[in-house]
Amino acid sequence: MAKAKKDNSIAVLTDPPKLDPKGMKEPINVLIVGVGGQGVIMVSKVLAQICQNLGYQVKQSEVHGMAKRGGVVFSHVRFGNNVWSPTIPMGKADVLIALEWAEGLRWMNYLRPGTGIFIADTKRIVPPFACRSRILGADIGYSRDTPDDVREKVAEAFALDATEMATKAGNERAANTLLLGALSTTLTFPVEEWKKTIAKMVPPKTVEVNLAVFDQGQYWIDGSRKGEPVEGAAFVPLVQPEINSVRTTLEITDEWCKGCDICVKMCPERCLILNKDQVAELAEPDKCTGCHICEWLCPDFAISINPIIQEAVA
Amino acid sequence: MSSKAEQASPTAIKTGITHQMTGNEAIARGAWEAGVKVAAAYPGTPSTEIMENMAHYPVGDVHAQWSTNEKVALDVAIGASFAGVRAISMMKHVGLNVASDALMSQSYIGVHGGLVLIVCDDPGIHSSQNEQDSRIFGRFAQIPVLEPSDAQEALDFTKVAFDISERFDTPVMVRSTTRISHTRSPVLVSERETPKDLGFNSDVTKNVMVPGHARTRHPIVIDRLERLAEELETSDLNQLELGSSKIGIITASMSYVYVKENLPDASVLKLGLSFPLPKKLIQDFCAKHDRVIVVEELEPVIENEIKSWGLKVEGKEFFPRIGELSPEQVRISFENAGVLEPEVNALGPQFEPLIRPPVLCAGCPHAMSYTAIRSLDVRVAGDIGCYTLAVGDPLTAIDTTVAMGSSIANAVGMYLAGTETKPIVATIGDSTFIHSGIPPLIDAVYNQANITVILLDNHITAMTGGQENPGTGKTLRGEQTHQVNFEEMIRACGVEWIERVDSYDAASMMQTMRESIDYRGVSVLIADRPCVLDPVKIKGPTMSVDAKDCNACQGCMNLGCPALLWSDEWYEGRHVVKIDPTACIGCSVCAQFCPTGAIQPTLVLDQKAAKACPSGV
Repeated sequence: MAKAKKDNSIAVLTDPPKLDPKGMKEPINVLIVGVGGQGVIMVSKVLAQICQNLGYQVKQSEVHGMAKRGGVVFSHVRFGNNVWSPTIPMGKADVLIALEWAEGLRWMNYLRPGTGIFIADTKRIVPPFACRSRILGADIGYSRDTPDDVREKVAEAFALDATEMATKAGNERAANTLLLGALSTTLTFPVEEWKKTIAKMVPPKTVEVNLAVFDQGQYWIDGSRKGEPVEGAAFVPLVQPEINSVRTTLEITDEWCKGCDICVKMCPERCLILNKDQVAELAEPDKCTGCHICEWLCPDFAISINPIIQEAVA
Repeated sequence: MSSKAEQASPTAIKTGITHQMTGNEAIARGAWEAGVKVAAAYPGTPSTEIMENMAHYPVGDVHAQWSTNEKVALDVAIGASFAGVRAISMMKHVGLNVASDALMSQSYIGVHGGLVLIVCDDPGIHSSQNEQDSRIFGRFAQIPVLEPSDAQEALDFTKVAFDISERFDTPVMVRSTTRISHTRSPVLVSERETPKDLGFNSDVTKNVMVPGHARTRHPIVIDRLERLAEELETSDLNQLELGSSKIGIITASMSYVYVKENLPDASVLKLGLSFPLPKKLIQDFCAKHDRVIVVEELEPVIENEIKSWGLKVEGKEFFPRIGELSPEQVRISFENAGVLEPEVNALGPQFEPLIRPPVLCAGCPHAMSYTAIRSLDVRVAGDIGCYTLAVGDPLTAIDTTVAMGSSIANAVGMYLAGTETKPIVATIGDSTFIHSGIPPLIDAVYNQANITVILLDNHITAMTGGQENPGTGKTLRGEQTHQVNFEEMIRACGVEWIERVDSYDAASMMQTMRESIDYRGVSVLIADRPCVLDPVKIKGPTMSVDAKDCNACQGCMNLGCPALLWSDEWYEGRHVVKIDPTACIGCSVCAQFCPTGAIQPTLVLDQKAAKACPSGV
């Protein structure tokens, strides 16, 4: 079971063993993660149903209280001849399926060291929190780790643009089924069982597209393992923060200000106040980004923003 | 792929074989199988889905309803019990605080038709304001507390609870936790029993709790607990698994499976009830083992009682009192206790986790309401609901949040303290207002407070996933019913200043809010817009940013809308904004804030682009 690096830069095992719960004392653990609304729970329900059809005991645990509010969603699926805890102990997940890139990274420590398989959609769902900083040249608050960073640290890692592939196939929402196809390559369960269950559980109108992307997911993993070029393996890096930036100063002509309060209310940084003389004042100069809003909205032209172009930083 | 397709009628599923069910589904099934006639609840995570599942059972079998709050729900169930049918009420842990007044007396009264209370705790505080241990409440009320450890037991114990309730003449609590409620495991289902309707029991000495009657009931309460404890000595609700005599584990609920995960062959006494306890059984178990460890989540309820008998057991010195247990936490605790050898290098690689807090939805009307509140520099007493999320960046518009319905009375107190220089505002949602916001509003008027109440009316109980309430004019089963008229009700409370404003109208929202604050006395501003998720998911024509007009001021970002993100372009060192078309619902609030007019309906921008470049190249 040697680790080989193929041309399409997917770290793969040359002869990957498939996970089989038959005759095993310990259950097999699959952790499925993503963001609210992506279909994490659906993936785990399909997997749980297949396990049940095949006669295994299965427990599936999820926490989704805040899921609808764009929060983190995760679902533990454990199956085998005997399952106790419904949650996977940290470091015991055999497969980690991530429907969103940064969510995959978050749960990485649940993977079984040495053998855990990582399968992730490279789709990014950037939380508003990541775009929170308004300082000049601020970097986005989203992970810059790439598939290569992951591959160095786990037994097998697959990063595919499942959402893009599903969109091309005709239904963006089927990305989770594509990942099920990818997952199916790691287990010994018969393909017909997967397809039968998926067909039963998805809305009737979407059966065809779901089965098509399931195949795609399978081919993708098989292809990568054989070192064939596969579509959807490109990883678009995040844009780098701009270092050469503009600084500004804010000037208020006190005599012209009548204290109407508009600038104070509308300042995105909330760095202006009305002082005791009922005149606008820049209370927190460090927070001012020089966005010009106060300058433009001031009915009395009392505010001006003056840019200072800084030298490029090497 | 989404999950709309399955949902077969629950009564049509085959009996005698196993089905994958969540704990909540299993509890609803158990209640139905036990022949429950009346079920009442107020939604609250993680208990909500029990009642939603109850509603899938036939109208002819069970009357299932959302009540206005947990006390009302329990009182409805109590009434049904008086009338001689089996009744159930479910709530989250903090809901029991609200219902506790009725529970304390009902414990003395007992039951006529079986009465079961499902309480779902939230260890780890996944979606609550605290992680109180409801088992203590069961003890306090002197009622039995059953603790299932998986979905099968959730079903079985719910049925057993009715049996105990009727045989021992007591309300019975079944205590679930988030993990049990939201975990799917195999469940064997069976047919519905049809207990005989007993009719009303007109025994006033039992049913009317005046001091003379209550005094005669108290000894009966103590006696029934002793009789139950006696029966539990040999009951199969407790599971005894004997192994090595070196170490014995006493546990219950979800903790049991975590113990089995780590010590599959150990000696275990799994208790079905955490109150009352089978004393002799536990004494014998302790006598058989050199060392006994009690494993339980949250408070040392079982441990302390056992210790009070003079037995030597260990527990909380190794197991945390705070948060949810997990297989790995239980392992660490057993390692600390010297029961297990430490495991080395057992984790996968660690990456810096992305900060992804829950946020208000794209187009959420609350975002605009709180943006207006934030701009007025006021003191804000908040309440429980989605809108509590406005405490975080960038809205940062809530100063306090205590419990359901607390906001208005908290604001009254802040006013009475006389120290607050800012205007005082209470914010409360429609469902929370009906739950417990009306008495404090009457109090505010009665005591002549100078506060502003902003009623965030999104026409649904949103936080728990979109449940109907009296403000929506629909019942749990979706039938039309009387719809509360908020203006009339608020006016009847004595409020003279009432205005209703469209939450999406930024200018009139800010203007009217300022007027409401300027008013001396109690003013109520109703911020009116339906939730974008429930009862129907709203998706209108989207807005887009014209990148060449955006000066990256980030003013729109103050709304905290998840559809507004940074594009890859820069303007004077700041990120140009873009709108995610899949998330945007077209509420237009951001466009109303945009000082450069860069945010426009996508349609308009597309037309403009087509005009500028007619060939479409």
